[in-house]
Amino acid sequence: MQIYLPIAEASIDIFLLLLLGGGVGFLSGLFGVGGGFLMTPLLIFIGIPPAVAVGSGAAQNIASSISGVVAHMRKGNVDFRMGGVLLGGGIVGSTLGVQIFALLRSSGQVEFFISIAYVVVLGTVGGLMLIETVNTLRKRWQNKRSGAPPARRKLHEHIWLHGLPLKMRFPHSKLYISALAPFGIGAIVGVLSALLGVGGGFIMVPAMIYLLGMPTVVVIGTSLFQIIFVSANVTYLQAWQVQTVDIALAVLLLIGGVIGAQFGARFGAKLRGESLRGLLALIVLSVAIKLFVDLVIPPEDIYSIVVRTAETPLP
Amino acid sequence: MKRLLLLLGLLVAAFAPKPAHTQALVADLSSHLIAITAGFAGTELLLFGATEGEGDVVVLVRGPDSDVAVRRKARVAGIWLNTETLSFAGVPSYYRVASSKPLDEIVTPALRQRHQIGSDYLRLASSRDADAITLAAFRAGLLRNKEKLGLYDPEPGRVAFLGSRLFRTRIVFPANVPTGAYSIEVLLVQNGQVIAAQSTPMFVSKIGVGAEIYDFAHVHAAWYGLIAILIAVFAGWSAGLVFRKS
Repeated sequence: MQIYLPIAEASIDIFLLLLLGGGVGFLSGLFGVGGGFLMTPLLIFIGIPPAVAVGSGAAQNIASSISGVVAHMRKGNVDFRMGGVLLGGGIVGSTLGVQIFALLRSSGQVEFFISIAYVVVLGTVGGLMLIETVNTLRKRWQNKRSGAPPARRKLHEHIWLHGLPLKMRFPHSKLYISALAPFGIGAIVGVLSALLGVGGGFIMVPAMIYLLGMPTVVVIGTSLFQIIFVSANVTYLQAWQVQTVDIALAVLLLIGGVIGAQFGARFGAKLRGESLRGLLALIVLSVAIKLFVDLVIPPEDIYSIVVRTAETPLP
Repeated sequence: MKRLLLLLGLLVAAFAPKPAHTQALVADLSSHLIAITAGFAGTELLLFGATEGEGDVVVLVRGPDSDVAVRRKARVAGIWLNTETLSFAGVPSYYRVASSKPLDEIVTPALRQRHQIGSDYLRLASSRDADAITLAAFRAGLLRNKEKLGLYDPEPGRVAFLGSRLFRTRIVFPANVPTGAYSIEVLLVQNGQVIAAQSTPMFVSKIGVGAEIYDFAHVHAAWYGLIAILIAVFAGWSAGLVFRKS
């Protein structure tokens, strides 16, 4: 059954959208990430204009993060203070990101920059996760052979980021670090969020664990909490400045998404942490490789067209 | 179909009894409005008419003109990048030709030029000067992209004659048909000359909830943004509550 999406101006099968939302939702429930990094490229692939895929993806991120944060709040796994500082950076970063997006759109290079940014970000994050997984598995295998107990980890490592000025206490995360560190991380993820239509959880979560040294238990809830507001900012700015938020598309993806996420979460409970991380690393890397190959192989047609509308003035 | 026959009958009846004022060409469309509603997945219209005397029929369908930028990719350090742009003005957003006989048999190149019969004969103004080879390459790229979108037809369509006077043809509009005012021109050609022509307007517009959402999103963009956020918050919150137990 076809549905005409009013803002995307495309006619897409409604079941395809539900299935897409469900599939990505399953993975996001499984891995505890938003899944925007899969959703945006897939939407573009099925014929949604890239700008609309990014804008509507942001709207869908709000909804999926809220449905996730409800559960984490009940368990007290949200560090609101840390979330607030990350959010401050996120608002600055995402506002900047939307302006960059508009600039790239008028220069005619937006697809290239979105693709290259995806390749770099996904390649880096996926690669690091894979290395980490391999190391963990190797260590456990060695420990098993030597019979030594696994080394006790320190609460967290102090790196130069923590020593910057403006130190602040985060009791919930048991941290006393510079507020500039989470602010900066929030800002960088905010820019990416606006450019790539992703919530940024897959960058935010490792950054919170490895760079800030937050306890793993509060990381996902806090990340979701701040993604809600950053995505809301992106949604608002994209809707206001470039009119690329298709709410019908976002709601359809969401319906599939929340159902898929429930199954994903249940399935994920049966898998080990390392296997989950390894799987996610492989998925992230394969998306990066696919996008990279698309940049390198000769395109089917070297000519492409852009019809002038009010939002896309021609150079 | 019944209504169509009735219409046809009316048309013929209206013009038949007055031989002194007979028009050489009469044509009409099955509908003058294409409404894009929520379930819209493309449509087709029937163009039908009658001719007086000998001749061949050529049908030209043109969507509203727009400016189009054509971009060419080239390999830069191993990566394919848009490197050159050429814009064209007066590009019909939708364009179709149909004829009762192959076009080269009934119209001369000069006539095709004058009436813009066939996508190769469209008058497109380029934004800047470029040599003939570049211009031709960008123009071909533009037409190829339009064909891929289903907005131009690589091959002219067929106008079928029923007997010697009545003719009909189908015009296909894909789901991504641009909105606006269309012009449908019917030419009666005899010995390489246009002896009669008729032009009919047709409109494509968004109707219903989709249209209202689109208008609201563009006219009250800031409010649309806020409402989109509220809908997303509500949807996410209710989803979180529904699955609370599980």
